[in-house]
Amino acid sequence: MDGFLATPVGVLAITVAQTLALLVPVLIAVAYLTWAERKVLAAMQLRKGPNVVGVAGMLQPFADALKMLMKETVIPSGANRFLFIMAPMLTFLLAMIAWAVIPVQDGWAIADINVGILYLFAISSLGVYGIIIAGWASNSKYAFLGALRSAAQMVSYEVSMGFVIVTVLMCVGSLNLTEIVRAQENIWFFIPLFPMFIIFFVSTLAETNRAPFDLPEGESELVAGFFVEYSSMSFALFFLGEYANMILMSALTTILFLGGWHPPVHAEPFTWIPGVVWFALKISLCLFTFIWVRATFPRYRYDQLMRLGWKVFLPFSLVWLVITAAVLKLTGWVPA
Amino acid sequence: MATLDRAARSFLLSELVSGMALTLKYFFSPKATINYPYEKGPISPRFKGEHALRRYPNGEERCIACKLCEAICPAQAITIEAEPREDGSRRTTRYDIDMVKCIYCGMCEEACPVDAIVEGPNFEFSTETREELLYDKQRLLANGDRWEPEIAKRLELDAPYR
Repeated sequence: MDGFLATPVGVLAITVAQTLALLVPVLIAVAYLTWAERKVLAAMQLRKGPNVVGVAGMLQPFADALKMLMKETVIPSGANRFLFIMAPMLTFLLAMIAWAVIPVQDGWAIADINVGILYLFAISSLGVYGIIIAGWASNSKYAFLGALRSAAQMVSYEVSMGFVIVTVLMCVGSLNLTEIVRAQENIWFFIPLFPMFIIFFVSTLAETNRAPFDLPEGESELVAGFFVEYSSMSFALFFLGEYANMILMSALTTILFLGGWHPPVHAEPFTWIPGVVWFALKISLCLFTFIWVRATFPRYRYDQLMRLGWKVFLPFSLVWLVITAAVLKLTGWVPA
Repeated sequence: MATLDRAARSFLLSELVSGMALTLKYFFSPKATINYPYEKGPISPRFKGEHALRRYPNGEERCIACKLCEAICPAQAITIEAEPREDGSRRTTRYDIDMVKCIYCGMCEEACPVDAIVEGPNFEFSTETREELLYDKQRLLANGDRWEPEIAKRLELDAPYR
């Protein structure tokens, strides 16, 4: 057995098995996130949400997926066919490969690389390409405007997100995601770095184009934004990518601020539950807040969005970065 | 002091938090949804739904072909033809309502001197073709027979307000 696993084929087989073991739950989570979003949003608007297909509408995501598969893929005559088809695939791919470095439990990461956080940051920055390409290749004014907005927005909020991540990295002394979670064994970072936690959470909302920063979609003025021209599976891929990104960003928030797989207290009843479950629970909490925010706040105007990003979050996170650095230096808490 | 108060409020995101608290309250409150095909909302006695031609308890049709409904119909959806029956009473030979033209204003009901044409409580009469919505006398009388108990009850309930 060991002999086979050591061969290149064996290594490949293990990697594929690990990838499937991670991605299948992620995709199921994506399906149920769409269901949960509709349910939570409905409950907050005094409605019931989907409740016909299966118990409490639990089979609704699969009914929707089936419908999507059966639809016709329409490619506009003015579109750049190659890029038009590439864009949703790219979005979906990027949302999936980012999961490679996420540690769901101590030592349970497909690739436990030393620059995990930089890898994640790079992948999430690449996400804007899917949107820009989709907007450009559609050859439609709505899609183009949506893509432009999205590009500006994602670039703006990545700056302050970068500073928040640097702050956390200073407190940990490592770029490895597993190390970051291990450093939070006694105290989760959202307590000492609370303002940064809020900024990071709001930035992830902007980064994933979620309400109240869903200007790229902006259905009241841009119909559906960058994916107006998409239909059938290419639309579904965008949709999956967007929701997978939401889960990814929640996972990142959990890893950076909510103590990853650690239970709230290292004591008897809490330690019985495995770390994966804690990790999933914390992600669910973040996702609930994503939907909760969507149910509560109206969409930002575009100039307000830019003002918030550049004039509020950027200076604030910079100041907090300096304060954190000073405190670490003066108290001698700088990690080795 | 007021400036300080305002600054503190905006830094602590008090308005955002109170907004979120409100939506969370609604999240747990009872839902307003009616499970439509299985549950239905209440309907007023004056509800203007599908038309019906009524009969007297002895089975004689009420309509006397006065054509007041045809005259008053603002959408001109009603077509009536009439001639004397063998026993000499004046009755319709044709009574058509184009349910596609009809705007459900209820004027026909108001105009009728014998309460023959009424708009009943039924609103679930969608069809798959347009032609099925061109009602003839037979269809309207059948509607009347089917909905008579409810129509009579509704007329009685609404009578004090007329």
